[in-house]
Amino acid sequence: MPKDSGIGASSKRREDVRFLTGAGNYTDDINVHGQAYVHFLRSDIAHGRITNIDTSAAEGMPGVVKVFTGKDFEGVGGMPCGWEVTDRHGAPMQEPPHPILAQGKVRHVGDPIAAVVADSLEQARDAAEAIEVDIEELSAVLDMKAAAQEGATLIHEDLKNNICYDWHLGEEDNNKVNEVFANAAHVTTLDLINNRLVANPMEPRVAVAEYSRGTDEYTLYTTSQNPHVIRLLMCAFVLGLPEHKVRVVAPDVGGGFGTKIFHYAEEAFCTFAAKACNRPVKWTASRSEAFMSDAQGRDHVSTIELALDADNNFTGLRTNTYANLGAYLSTFSSSVPTWLHGTLMAGNYKTPVIQVNVKAMFTNTVPVDAYRGAGRPEATYQLERVIDKAARELGVDPIALRRQNFITQFPYDTPVALTYDTGDYNGTMDKLEAAADLAGFAARRAQSEANGKLRGLGVNCYIEACGIAPSNIVGMLGARAGLYDAATVRVNATGSISVMVGAHSHGQGHETAFPQVVADMIGIDESMVEIVHGDTSKIPFGMGTYGSRSLAVCGSAMVKATEKVIDKAKKIAAHLLEASETDIELKDGQFSVAGTDKSVAWGDVTLTAYVPHNFPLEVEPGLEETAFYDPANFTFPAGAYACEVEVDPETGQVSIEKFTAADDFGNIVNPMIVDGQVHGGIGQGIGQALLENCAYDENGQLLSASFMDYAMPRADDLPFYAVDHSSQTPCTHNPLGVKGCGEAGAIGSPPAVVNAVLDALNSGGRAVDHIDMPMSPSRVWTAMHG
Amino acid sequence: MYNFEFEKPSTIADAVAALGGEDAQALGGGQTLIPTLKQRLAAPSKLVSVSGIAEMQGVCVEDDGSVAVGGATTHARVAADAARSYPALAALAGQIGDPAVRNRGTIGGSVANNDPAACYPAGVLGSGATIVTNTRQMAADDFFQGMFTTALDEGEIITSIRFPVPQAASYQKFLQPASRFALVGVYLARFAGGVRVAVTGASEDGVFRWSEAEEALNKDFRTDALMGLRINPMNMIGDLHGSKEYRAHLVSVMTKRAVESCA
Ligand SMILES: Cc1cc2nc3c(=O)[nH]c(=O)nc-3n(C[C@H](O)[C@H](O)[C@H](O)COP(=O)(O)OP(=O)(O)OC[C@H]3O[C@@H](n4cnc5c(N)ncnc54)[C@H](O)[C@@H]3O)c2cc1C
Repeated sequence: MPKDSGIGASSKRREDVRFLTGAGNYTDDINVHGQAYVHFLRSDIAHGRITNIDTSAAEGMPGVVKVFTGKDFEGVGGMPCGWEVTDRHGAPMQEPPHPILAQGKVRHVGDPIAAVVADSLEQARDAAEAIEVDIEELSAVLDMKAAAQEGATLIHEDLKNNICYDWHLGEEDNNKVNEVFANAAHVTTLDLINNRLVANPMEPRVAVAEYSRGTDEYTLYTTSQNPHVIRLLMCAFVLGLPEHKVRVVAPDVGGGFGTKIFHYAEEAFCTFAAKACNRPVKWTASRSEAFMSDAQGRDHVSTIELALDADNNFTGLRTNTYANLGAYLSTFSSSVPTWLHGTLMAGNYKTPVIQVNVKAMFTNTVPVDAYRGAGRPEATYQLERVIDKAARELGVDPIALRRQNFITQFPYDTPVALTYDTGDYNGTMDKLEAAADLAGFAARRAQSEANGKLRGLGVNCYIEACGIAPSNIVGMLGARAGLYDAATVRVNATGSISVMVGAHSHGQGHETAFPQVVADMIGIDESMVEIVHGDTSKIPFGMGTYGSRSLAVCGSAMVKATEKVIDKAKKIAAHLLEASETDIELKDGQFSVAGTDKSVAWGDVTLTAYVPHNFPLEVEPGLEETAFYDPANFTFPAGAYACEVEVDPETGQVSIEKFTAADDFGNIVNPMIVDGQVHGGIGQGIGQALLENCAYDENGQLLSASFMDYAMPRADDLPFYAVDHSSQTPCTHNPLGVKGCGEAGAIGSPPAVVNAVLDALNSGGRAVDHIDMPMSPSRVWTAMHG
Repeated sequence: MYNFEFEKPSTIADAVAALGGEDAQALGGGQTLIPTLKQRLAAPSKLVSVSGIAEMQGVCVEDDGSVAVGGATTHARVAADAARSYPALAALAGQIGDPAVRNRGTIGGSVANNDPAACYPAGVLGSGATIVTNTRQMAADDFFQGMFTTALDEGEIITSIRFPVPQAASYQKFLQPASRFALVGVYLARFAGGVRVAVTGASEDGVFRWSEAEEALNKDFRTDALMGLRINPMNMIGDLHGSKEYRAHLVSVMTKRAVESCA
């Protein structure tokens, strides 16, 4: 029986009432009395030296409050990077400065050169047009392999070269790796590109900042997934402000997908300008600005080699990746191709020897950072594509090949630094085979062929490391932050509860799922519990939402704080019931004395806490507890996906006919929300596989700078999904046994789609080795007729 | 957007007068022009909306059987109101953009703009329609003069477009994945006097007639007649979404499908 409330119930998303009726309160809905508007003058040149900026005409234009250039930020900090990666020789990564407004050079199209603050946006734009900028154009560095060559044009003159770091993980001894490959019965090699993506949340980025001269306090409203992180970075590294004087609010946020994790120059600018102009300032990105200033995702160029023995056991894996970081280091960019990517190269398989090599490159493009999945999709894509190719080359069933190499004993130490606590990859694959009716594929293929279409089936597995992350471990790996989270459970006198959580909800459904947990623990109605998030002045602390961590990390803090509340409430109940605390049981919102019919209701206990007339003397009045939770390990959601496509051989058009996901997310709090998260993730994964491509021309101009050329998936590009998450091996180290589900769909789906298309293109005697994403009709047709 | 004056006259004569000023520009549904203004890529002194002009609205069947569409008629209205009198044209209108675009965008705006990937130019040229303006009438064959270029003079307004109705017609649109304009669109119309095949989306010279295919189909209106016919890829558009060769190939496929759907 499905439950109708509490943990395990598909409670309807309460936040959707406001989102669907236009009652949300987004940053752009916030207007502060007297606000002025910011317009950024951005570079239309990818790489150049600024020889002169003349703002004098602009300053005299109507409505102009102030014009800022890089000069105004001399002595002010630049945008920080939150993760110091150490290269293969033990040296720290090269970390170039990233000024708020360009100083001396522009390094990508969209790099802000100047900013105008004016009474109206149109006045600011008019004035920006009157700013004269002379730029001596330099050759744009775009190709990563060329950028790595000695003598390549330098993007940052104060660095040795364009390589941020040359990093390595796994087997260090090249001879040993070479030997594994030399002794292999079969080696499969694959070159592939993980295409660059633009996250494109529906809501563009916005910042509204105000400053009070009276109190010397700042408030920044911003479109962020983690307001405390923004406050910390901006105060400590950029503007040098005391944190207690700065409030950062991230109200309703219309989608983040990673790109709203990072601290952006525009936020710091607005905060700075609010004081400099003594006026509130507001900036709302246009969609065009989003295309050239939101951190982009993926962009890896890799070669992967898989060695197998005569029995088709994986014996070794070696990958070489060039990872594009763009022109500057975005907040967590350095961690994505390394600790979020290399560590996942074992996948679901017991490959004994793995070597991962990553060169991270600066190029004259928009910075690249985490995008839904962040590193893990890139790892999964490489691994699951090369396995599929190996199966085709060897003429073996791709599912059987995977099963044969699955890890089956847990905990399992991978050769690439992780310890998987639990999982059941065969069990999950069984669920997939049943849910996807793989047995019926041959008949469906025959039907498609009768209609003149090619049909293909693609299957793959994935594993991700989520619930990031144990602070001590990430600290060793270079993180400049801890990755715990915090929650305060505040019980009101009448028994209702506000939970202040550090996680931020921007589509994930926290406002529904988190209360389900607390209500379930106490045995009260969900409607009595509400979460508060997104405001540094209201919540104790929080590292925010990304990496599928909210429930696993912040949810655990919430459970700990709720346990403390219950412990204290039991003391009060024991006093009221004149019993020993150890005999008190809490069930269905009633405290009772074990083995008796004496009980007192939750509401009576909470009222007593705040009206402590009859109260245990050794207990403080009130009922409010805070807990911080630092995870002991990552969590390891894993799954198996199957995609069936039809390809029109005349046009190369791919249509997705069937998509099935079998995921193991451990315990599940709200199955409906989990389904929705998986659906959304698969939608983005299919978008990457078939449609989305952020492309630059040889001069560094964005070719896909709007929705006219950047193809977002639309509803009719996507099939109905079958999602099965009945395979559940609970996480062994957090109190809820949850693993996280937010990124799985985006990690697991691209290889399934690509494998399916290649299966179709290799049917009936055809042979196509590989097609890079997005598999547009033109690319598919060209591959077939190439 | 830069500042501009705005007028919304209710007669063609008033609109023509209002467009007399320097840098005045007609505004249809604004689906192309308004985004251009928002990006500050155009700076008209005045916008003259033609959407309030009653005589430029609607679809009607003339005495000679042709279908006349008012220059300010929205795509949605053509999709609904021409469904009986000229189903292939109505189907074309129904495939333009999304409901919001179809309920604002107009036939006059689309044809005047002559975007190389737009749908209507193929329908107008493929039908051999007549473009009627405030001063003259032009055959479609003379009207389209290459990407974003037409025979319209400054300030000239498309008041209506008259379509002779073929025995059979079909528009086959292959979507550009991002914009969903035509990557290649083929409009084929079969008249008693012959077949017309107009191609949009493909050529660097904008909409064009594929005369070899017309000749072949005039001899034998079957897909077999197209076998071996190829468009020279040289003048095709090659971009992120498809090479020249791919577009040339799609022209053949879409033409074949149009023939199949007319058979
Ligand atoms: C999201 C989106 C998707 C689209 N998809 C498609 C598609 O799939 N296929 C397609 O064909 N089009 C598509 N379009 C374009 C759409 O059809 C526009 O409506 C059309 O191109 C312009 O028509 P309009 O009435 O909006 O003209 P406007 O934008 O108002 O004007 C366009 C130009 O025509 C001039 N003009 C307007 N009316 C007249 C007139 N009566 N006489 C003379 N000149 C005039 C204007 O001065 C201007 O130069 C799309 C547009 C959008 C925004």
